Amino acid sequence: MSEPISALGMARFDGLAGVADCGLQGMITLRGDLSARAVKSAVTTATGITGPKQPRPLQIVTGKAGTAAWMSPDEMLLLCPYGEVDAVLAAMQQKLAKAHALAVDVSDARALLQVTGPSAREVMAKLCPLDLSPATFQPGTIRRTRMAQIPAALWMEDEMSFQVICFRSVADYAFNLLKTAAQPESGVGYF
Amino acid sequence: MSTRLTQGGIRINRTRPVTFTFNGQRLKGYEGDTLASALLANDKMMLGRSFKYHRPRGLVSSGTEEPNALFGIGKGGRFEPNQRATMQELYDGLTAASQNHWPSLEFDVGEINAYLSRFFPAGFYYKTFMWPRSFWKHVFEPVIRQSAGLGKAPKDRDADTYEHFYHFCDVLVIGGGLAGLVAAQAAASGGARVTLLEQEAQFGGRTGVDAPEAAAQAAALVEELSGMANVRLIRRCMGAGVYDHGYVLGYERLTDHLADKAGPRHRLWRIRAGQVITATGAIERPLSFAGNDVPGVMLAAAVRDYLVNFGVSVGDRVVVVTNNDDAYLTAIRLVEAGLSVPAIVDARAGGAGELGAKAEGLGIRVLKGHGIARVKGRRRVTGVALCRQVGEGAVTEELACDAVAMSGGWSPVVHLWSHCGGKLIWDEDQAMFRPDAARPPTGADGAGFVRVAGAANGVMALDALVRDAADQGLAAAEAVGQGGTPADLPEVPARADHAIEPVWLMPASASRELRAKAWLDYQNDVKVTDIQLAAQEGYESVEHAKRYTTLGMATDQGKLSNINGLAVLSGALDSPIPQVGTTTFRPPYTPISMGAIAGEARGDTFQPLRRSPLHDWHEANGADWEPVGPWRRPYTYLRASETRAQAVEREILQTRNSLGLLDASTLGKLIVKGPDAGRFMDMMYTNMMSNLKPGKCRYGLMCSENGFLVDDGVVARIDEDTWLCHTTTGGADRIHAHMEEWLQTEWWDWQVHTANLTEQYAQIAVVGPMARTVLETLGGMDLSKEALGFMEWTDGVLADIPVRVYRISFSGELSYEIAVRASLGQALWDKIADVGAAYRIMPYGTECLHILRAEKGFIMIGDETDGTVIPQDLGLHWAISKKKEDFLGKRAQERRHMTDPDRWKLVGLETTDGSVLPDGAYAVTEGVNANGQRNVQGRVTSTYHSPTLGRGIAMGLVLHGPDRMGETLEFPGTDGKTYTATIVDPVFYDKDGEKQNV
Repeated sequence: MSEPISALGMARFDGLAGVADCGLQGMITLRGDLSARAVKSAVTTATGITGPKQPRPLQIVTGKAGTAAWMSPDEMLLLCPYGEVDAVLAAMQQKLAKAHALAVDVSDARALLQVTGPSAREVMAKLCPLDLSPATFQPGTIRRTRMAQIPAALWMEDEMSFQVICFRSVADYAFNLLKTAAQPESGVGYF
Repeated sequence: MSTRLTQGGIRINRTRPVTFTFNGQRLKGYEGDTLASALLANDKMMLGRSFKYHRPRGLVSSGTEEPNALFGIGKGGRFEPNQRATMQELYDGLTAASQNHWPSLEFDVGEINAYLSRFFPAGFYYKTFMWPRSFWKHVFEPVIRQSAGLGKAPKDRDADTYEHFYHFCDVLVIGGGLAGLVAAQAAASGGARVTLLEQEAQFGGRTGVDAPEAAAQAAALVEELSGMANVRLIRRCMGAGVYDHGYVLGYERLTDHLADKAGPRHRLWRIRAGQVITATGAIERPLSFAGNDVPGVMLAAAVRDYLVNFGVSVGDRVVVVTNNDDAYLTAIRLVEAGLSVPAIVDARAGGAGELGAKAEGLGIRVLKGHGIARVKGRRRVTGVALCRQVGEGAVTEELACDAVAMSGGWSPVVHLWSHCGGKLIWDEDQAMFRPDAARPPTGADGAGFVRVAGAANGVMALDALVRDAADQGLAAAEAVGQGGTPADLPEVPARADHAIEPVWLMPASASRELRAKAWLDYQNDVKVTDIQLAAQEGYESVEHAKRYTTLGMATDQGKLSNINGLAVLSGALDSPIPQVGTTTFRPPYTPISMGAIAGEARGDTFQPLRRSPLHDWHEANGADWEPVGPWRRPYTYLRASETRAQAVEREILQTRNSLGLLDASTLGKLIVKGPDAGRFMDMMYTNMMSNLKPGKCRYGLMCSENGFLVDDGVVARIDEDTWLCHTTTGGADRIHAHMEEWLQTEWWDWQVHTANLTEQYAQIAVVGPMARTVLETLGGMDLSKEALGFMEWTDGVLADIPVRVYRISFSGELSYEIAVRASLGQALWDKIADVGAAYRIMPYGTECLHILRAEKGFIMIGDETDGTVIPQDLGLHWAISKKKEDFLGKRAQERRHMTDPDRWKLVGLETTDGSVLPDGAYAVTEGVNANGQRNVQGRVTSTYHSPTLGRGIAMGLVLHGPDRMGETLEFPGTDGKTYTATIVDPVFYDKDGEKQNV
């Protein structure tokens, strides 16, 4: 069996912040009526997050089995280990059998990067038109935004680290962007 | 002589000397100096030459408005022209070079222009270069190009880096003078997040020079604000522009003042503010008298700035000339410093108030009702000839002096207020345009989002200024819902001034000879007579007069000249100033670097490059890249010493004869799913898609609602509810958006979801007679004709890799397109290449792809279509459903113009001599059109040399083409030759499709 490889081959850079490829991440796009029972139940199946705890707008929630992130009024992104996507999707399809919903594997369509360190917020704020101050952006918030010239989604794992998703084809550009923004001596001292 | 005094200079540190170079000469200054103050301290009065007449010019101001003292600063990759000496902080090793002279600053050939000035009036360029026409290209343009531009363009790649930063706050205060500080304090008093931008290195603005009594209080305010958690102070950061919805650009200069240039040079702050307060102060206006541009004639406030801030005297004997009280302060400061002021020349018959008495008390001679008739001296001031302000300028006496300090009043800096639509009113009493608070720039809610505080608001008296600033700060806080409580205001001295009397020309009825030497715009050499000439020649609008004379069009954008210029225009037109109006204030406030605008977008990160999962392999295997939208695709793979054409030919022959391999990953892959998906697909495509059976594929066309063909591709029915649409490479995002737009705006009640899975899969086309053999060798799937027929797909496992195989063909060969998870794309490609080696498998690029499809007469979106072509033009009637009640484009295609039998139709074209038709060539016919051009009857849409057939083949759109088989057409090329081609069927190769049906 051939080994799947991520777009960035686990590249990393250390500067003002650490920038690293997170490797392959299972990702499932779920489109449907997010308040529908079948859809909620599919989310629970995939992530272990029960209905009332599932993410509201701009939220990302981690459960026992996986993570669910609000993407739009009719779209959720579910994260699980890369190797489990097929099984998770199959389990979800059971729940969704009678619902009008679309669940697809998008793991290979994306790249996942991590930006870490005390200056991580600062590095992101050079590239994304978002208010990243601790008062408005905390672990638990997810935003789909623009990172320089590409679409990106980002959230914080903890006070010191961001996870950034972009399309696989522009992973190289995204890595170079973050590397540029994290050049030593380019500190802003902002946050 | 200008010189450094032994005492004084609140900004400089005399214990820290700094050396710098000016035109190659090593000079000394102090830490805290600007380049301007250091040059003055070294008696450099003449600093450059003007643009048009090459007149000797020196410093006029001490701030952003400086029009003359522009230098090329730095060396090599850090050289930058047109930098204002007044805004350049001095550092060790700084190199500056003056501009616009040849061979040297002191001796300049271009100065001859000045002697010819009567041949270069305003509008000279307009008038001269109109005729004769041929002169433009051969005479005028080369000469103008030689002399155009002020500084030299940098030659080296920029050695610095730049970046952006996104910032959000409730209240943004622009300007860190006393007004800005008070406004910020008030705005922050209720907890609002406040940011204050100051363009200079220090806060306090003019306080230290004009109101030293209040300087300590300003410093205390800075300290207080620095300690507040909800306040951010940013120095060396100019508010460059105010835009819609509270968007503001801040231009921070991080290393321009440092010898050590580590880190980004500039940072562009991209700010969203709830409310903006501009506390940008005011700029002093020059007076228009003859010789007001001789080095040594400076703004009165600048003269005292250099004295107080830097301990620099601009001359031992300074004549002060004014129409307001403020300039008296300059005279008083100079005398207090032990320098001589031969006279204060006040154009007002009544003279000044409190300051006048003080000046006279110091023994300064005040000449009321007088003006300057002319300045004496050429490269520096040697004296002035005085006259009565009324009258034509008969000289009453002459005074020897080495500098003139002038003040024509103050103009509030209304630029930022005006950028986004704030309106101005003319304040007759103060002779200034100031912001009209009733007509502010408005936000989405219709309410104003910009306020103005202090001098920028036309509030000039210090006591009133701090009150105004506090009020504006509190109002802004209130507007963002964080109203605060007023703090104690700094105690500032009040001053009893006499009113200004506007003086737009000195003397009031100056003779033509004097007016022709009275400069309005220093940098562009616009004189009072030029504006008057513009008015006389009918350029009555201020915008027209500006362009005709170039007033205010230089790098300083008329900061000193606009008001004086429009006042002169108003006089020439006998029309009041408010009716003449101002020109438009546009961002940026002063020029900002291109690097700051680009930010991180250079080199690797200039633009996103989309890379297929196989990109690295292509790169390592000779790919000759072709940009396809943001993607790069191999045009061909070059081997050893091959030319491109040879490589393409090799790839085609090998694919037709044995086996080729194509990276088709960039093609769009859109999922459409839901109970209404079939109905939706039937609307999207011209042909029927709802009746496609699961497991089957069908080629389809998509049209815009105007009927034009916008995309094509193979659709696969995945299951009862799900379709997969292949789009062109460039169409993936566009068609996905097109689908979503219809779903979200028109058919929002249809149960359909879409997803763009383009990047989820690598897609590899295995093409050629040996395709099946190779895949069967890989093992895992039955891909026989019986198991997987043409236009069918199936899921399976090849070489232990899960795949979806589509049996579709864009080449006319036996062909399989294999979709595989992107992360396994390279693994599968390698395995196919390994096994295929036995059949000399070759990867092929886009050019081979194009030729293979052209040989088969398949159309290509973007070649055969250009946004004006409908499927019917391309003979694709078979793909347009007649049964369906509706599809996007159906109605449009029934319109008269679309059904016109004279529309050009697709045909094949075969040159009579086997040569290749030029791309885009037109087929000519009898006669000429209304423009005298040859009439045309068709054009080439695709043209190639076909290695398979050994001759040129082409497709084109031709009038009545399909009815004219066998006729010949003439195509004149741009190479002077005329090509003759016969109209033939567009399918050149394997008409019956036997090769793909095996």
